[in-house]
Amino acid sequence: MTAIDLGLPGLAGIPTTDEKQTAKDYKSDQEVRWCPGCGDYIVLNAVQAFMPTLGLKRENIVFVSGIGCSSRFPYYMNTYGIHSIHGRAPAIATGLAVARPDLSVWVVTGDGDALSIGGNHLIHALRRNVNLKILLFNNRIYGLTKGQYSPTSETGKITKSTPMGSLDHPFNPISLALGAEATFVGRALDSDRKGLTEVLQAAAQHRGSALVEIYQNCPIFNDGAFDVLKDPEEKERRLIPLRQGEPVRFGPDGDYGLVRSGFGGLEIAKVSEAGEENLVVHDPTIDDPTYSFALSRIGGEDLSHTVTGIFRNVQRATYDDLARDQITTAKAAKPADLQSLLRGRDTWTVE
Amino acid sequence: MSTGVEGETNGHALKSTRHTEITKLDRVVIRFAGDSGDGMQLTGDRFTSEAAAFGNDLATLPNFPAEIRAPQGTLPGVSSFQLHFADYDILTPGDRPDVLVAMNPAALKANIGDLPPGGTLIVNTDEFNKRNLQKVGYDTDPLQDDSLDSYQVHKVAMATITRSALEETGLSKKDAERAKNMFALGLLSWMYHRPTEGTEQFLREKFAKKPDIAEANILAFRAGWNYGETTESFATTYHVAPAKLNPGTYRQITGNTALAYGIVAAGQRSGLEVVLGTYPITPASDILHELSRHKNFGVTTIQAEDEIAGIGMALGASYGGALGVTSTSGPGIALKSETIGLGVMTELPLVVIDVQRGGPSTGLPTKTEQADLLQAMYGRNGESPVPIIAPQSPADCFDAAVDAARIALEYRTPVLLLSDGAIANGSEPWLIPDVETLPDLRVTFATKPNATDGSDEHWPYVRDPETLAREWAVPGTPGLQHRIGGLEKQDGKGSISYDPANHDHMVRLRQAKIDGIKVPDLEVDDPSGKARVLVLGWGSSFGPIGAACRRVRKLGLAIAQTHLRHLNPFPANLGDVLRSYDRVVIPEMNLGQLAMLIRAKFLVDAISYTKVAGLPFKAEELQGVFTDVVKGVPA
Repeated sequence: MTAIDLGLPGLAGIPTTDEKQTAKDYKSDQEVRWCPGCGDYIVLNAVQAFMPTLGLKRENIVFVSGIGCSSRFPYYMNTYGIHSIHGRAPAIATGLAVARPDLSVWVVTGDGDALSIGGNHLIHALRRNVNLKILLFNNRIYGLTKGQYSPTSETGKITKSTPMGSLDHPFNPISLALGAEATFVGRALDSDRKGLTEVLQAAAQHRGSALVEIYQNCPIFNDGAFDVLKDPEEKERRLIPLRQGEPVRFGPDGDYGLVRSGFGGLEIAKVSEAGEENLVVHDPTIDDPTYSFALSRIGGEDLSHTVTGIFRNVQRATYDDLARDQITTAKAAKPADLQSLLRGRDTWTVE
Repeated sequence: MSTGVEGETNGHALKSTRHTEITKLDRVVIRFAGDSGDGMQLTGDRFTSEAAAFGNDLATLPNFPAEIRAPQGTLPGVSSFQLHFADYDILTPGDRPDVLVAMNPAALKANIGDLPPGGTLIVNTDEFNKRNLQKVGYDTDPLQDDSLDSYQVHKVAMATITRSALEETGLSKKDAERAKNMFALGLLSWMYHRPTEGTEQFLREKFAKKPDIAEANILAFRAGWNYGETTESFATTYHVAPAKLNPGTYRQITGNTALAYGIVAAGQRSGLEVVLGTYPITPASDILHELSRHKNFGVTTIQAEDEIAGIGMALGASYGGALGVTSTSGPGIALKSETIGLGVMTELPLVVIDVQRGGPSTGLPTKTEQADLLQAMYGRNGESPVPIIAPQSPADCFDAAVDAARIALEYRTPVLLLSDGAIANGSEPWLIPDVETLPDLRVTFATKPNATDGSDEHWPYVRDPETLAREWAVPGTPGLQHRIGGLEKQDGKGSISYDPANHDHMVRLRQAKIDGIKVPDLEVDDPSGKARVLVLGWGSSFGPIGAACRRVRKLGLAIAQTHLRHLNPFPANLGDVLRSYDRVVIPEMNLGQLAMLIRAKFLVDAISYTKVAGLPFKAEELQGVFTDVVKGVPA
């Protein structure tokens, strides 16, 4: 039996402040150097605007990143930050989170950083359920290295490194995270400030690993990758927003929805044909990941449909809480007597 | 020589009443060899504990295959444990055994070449059947022909006797025979007048949950002891008196345990939590096992998903104000290189332990080598200097670990600690230190803005003028929010900088910080004061080099010995020491890596003597090399 309360809120143990904070407090003095029109600006603004709502002391917030365009993010936040090496941010953040329960630790990563070179660390951070908030900026391209395909690029994509089209089948980051049994998984669009903030807010409140996939436009190497989800007419047909406790319904007049299919899956149906009462009512707190996984399979790499919002949000003890719990238990059980440890049991004395 | 006196083993559980010839010896080397499933490591460990409890000086050399269970009865499956114990201070596990215990034909074949003529050979005859002999290529049974005539051979049906001793326990024939290693231990314990209570107590505790197995092993152990006591085949027993070591309280310790204790001690002396991020790898895993048992000292161990994550977690913990440690072997260092570089750039404390093994690639996982020196020194992109420390013996791993933590914390840098397979698994007596005498490793975290332009900012790369270490400002400290990372830093302020002059300056500054680390001067051992030849070593070859020098001196020749613990930076007096001798010999278990550094840095035409056999140097071999060099110096 562990002394850790499974219901511990995500921000428990992190010092708060009553001082009024604004987005400006979270802007560092560094000049932001992303390309004009980059989706990263919108996300940065959204995060800087959202952070004050947490009411945390700024010095207890740390942004950790790897390598890539998005990984410059920590330099622009007036918090603590470490810009590490390619793919390794989840590992570095894990060590930090284990060592320091009083910090709110955020990982900023991209599709190459998190899913290619750092894929191993991502899935292991998620399965351990370390108390980290992972913002995965997915622009479906390598930007910093100037335009090679990424592990989320669509099959057949023509890029600098794939003149005849890429052969790789892309990752679905949400499915991947759910396969690793992540306890919190969400998706938002860079352009949807409200939707993004809602997911970030819930992620911050979640105790454990939270993966937030953010569709982010790269205007230089993959411009318009998500335009079909932003076009006023198209987006109504394609976007499927999730709202807890509400039937999953979309379309210009809400005339489509999700219903159960065979083998535990979900499929799109016309509400008029399926019947309103048969629509799936969204509940991200269902412990069995099958439902969230089925949600993640709706649509495809062509973005014919895209589910947004919170796919999964369940409680499970975090690795860092449990690790600290073992330390506390061990300390209570046995004093830290170094001399006695060094002596051991079998000694002899030379006069 | 003296005649046995009744009650010689007074006070022990088993009491000898037989009159045997007792030969007094100053030192003995015993090698237990058998199949990797025969429990030879455990047998050797127990005999070691008995020797330690008796007060002998000792040194051990376990030697086992990388396969957990290589095919039974084959040469690759042979596992051995060599123990050297003496009544004086010894330096090595011994070149050759005086006594070889061979549990099967494979063990005999693999080890008999090391037994000098006249040596004692104790053989378990039960395994010498046609099939087992054929497996290892014996055309005729060596126990039946004259091939072993030059040894004192004792043929003992260990499995048969063990089985009959355990007849009444109700154990199956197979289970009963498995205790034959304890029979061998019992027999050797009788021969060498070893205390026995410790082993019996150990067996009771080890098998506390299986009392019948504990009892069976104790019965087998006693059966072996009684066999020596009652049969006439062993006419002589041997007595090795306790050693006259420096006064104090001792225990026996392996290098990996000592290293783990050093890390625990560093945590306690610094007042910091310790976070070990690591991934299992031979021969370093025991450091993880040991540290995972000491959570009450504030030691968190994380078994990461891979080597890179292990060091990443350690570095992340250091960034948060803990003492980050990672442990691995050579292949793991290759994977961790990029993160070591990040540690160099972000100037955070980090202890990186490399228990070297045979390479390249997977190489020889269970064998020893010193071939990671240049990897530690230069194995990263860019100019990426790190301090390097190498322990010289199992017990010295403790001090080396404390020293590595001291440098990491004081200078805010990754430190490479190069142990190796020989000292990691080998053991020796350790004079238990008084914890109050251990160095004070307390650190000071930054609490105030430090900008040199008068602003209220924190500049992460403002340095201590003495050590050149930057301030350690940990997250959670109000007002000191700052960003660090792997990109080049503007001197002082720490912002990203691509300025050419700044980069040149920072590269030199990072180098100067490491070059300026204070390490103790070298001391030279030259009893005659007349030596013209100096032997320079590093790491685990200290023992064989020292033993070889003693032998050379016994021949009436003068030779000086000095040993490097600090390989980067070198001790300040190294150049002067080297230049004081006509010849410098550098023995290494690699192809001359230290010799290359010495030649490059000091322009000294050192003689490089190298061997990469996966085993420590033999004193005899080095004696020959040194003698030739000494005699070759023109008058």
